[in-house]
Amino acid sequence: MSEEKKNGKEQRKPGQVIVVTSGKGGVGKTTTSAAFAAGLAVRGYKTAVLDFDVGLRNLDLIMGCERRVVYDLLNVIHGEGSLNQALIKDKRVNNLFILPASQTRNKDALTMEGVGAVIEELQRSFDYIVCDSPAGIEKGAMTAMYFADQALVVTNPEISSVRDSDRIIGMLASKTRRAEQDLTPVQEHLVVTRYDPARVERGDMLSAEDVREILAIPFLGVVPESKAVLTASNSGVPVTLLKESDAGDAYFDIVDRFLGRERPFRFMDAPKKGFLSRLFGG
Amino acid sequence: MRFLDFFRSNKKTSAAVAKERLQIIVAHERRPASSPDFLPSLQQDILEVVRKYVPIQEEQIRLSLDRSGDCEVLELNISLAEAERGR
Repeated sequence: MSEEKKNGKEQRKPGQVIVVTSGKGGVGKTTTSAAFAAGLAVRGYKTAVLDFDVGLRNLDLIMGCERRVVYDLLNVIHGEGSLNQALIKDKRVNNLFILPASQTRNKDALTMEGVGAVIEELQRSFDYIVCDSPAGIEKGAMTAMYFADQALVVTNPEISSVRDSDRIIGMLASKTRRAEQDLTPVQEHLVVTRYDPARVERGDMLSAEDVREILAIPFLGVVPESKAVLTASNSGVPVTLLKESDAGDAYFDIVDRFLGRERPFRFMDAPKKGFLSRLFGG
Repeated sequence: MRFLDFFRSNKKTSAAVAKERLQIIVAHERRPASSPDFLPSLQQDILEVVRKYVPIQEEQIRLSLDRSGDCEVLELNISLAEAERGR
């Protein structure tokens, strides 16, 4: 997990908007948003991560900045605070900022025009804007995906999750700005989380290959079912900023593949544990 | 590393950290009137009303919300400058 600096920002393109979405709840969207955004920031890209779950925000908890929230996305949309006031700078990584959702308001206060203006402003100074979508296909989820250039479709190797992801992939192709304005479609990426290769080997779990075949979108990698994810959320640290963890490594591979770097696929096969690694954990 | 962690038993577990964080955030969110846009605008309104009768500065009004047991207490302090009172 070395710090790489990206140099040469002479003329900047507008930042890329990435939605992290799934349809189904509890598959790891917020975990993925936090880990992925932190990973991009570690790789030297200026990144903002936005919570769209109005009324049920949790990204602030996962990022460990819940006590620093004063203004939120809706305050910015309604002119009650500036974007700079609302963006919370991460204390661990340079280049990483969090924009929380409102906890008290109704999701109808989330207007498409307002969100569009906020995203456009962010695109001027950020390389990546990661939008953490709420579950479901209601307004919050539709708003989170609308401005996306790219999408991480987070899926568990489990039938209901795969089916919901398929629904979401359909919406990415029809209900987004890119679809409505006939631009190049949203670039989709499959991320399979809570993967247990041992169960796949036993035939108890859909394989990443199965999921990929059914959903038929480019595959970024798997994140193994990992104790590190709970430890990370307990402590309010994105799993990619944890000292060492399998899930953190898996997310870094995903970040790197997303950035176009070749990374061998890991965590796809059941590990063969030796006596020592059993004893000391690994 | 893990082996050494085992002996550092005074280190707080991540579950303990999580519980503490939750207690703080949940207590905070259970107070319905603690949203950031509520108190400032209430204070502004009160200031306007008081100014109709007494000239005061913004910092002479202090507004705070406290909780004692099941009761929520809105405390309003308006300090009037000595000279103004002239008693």
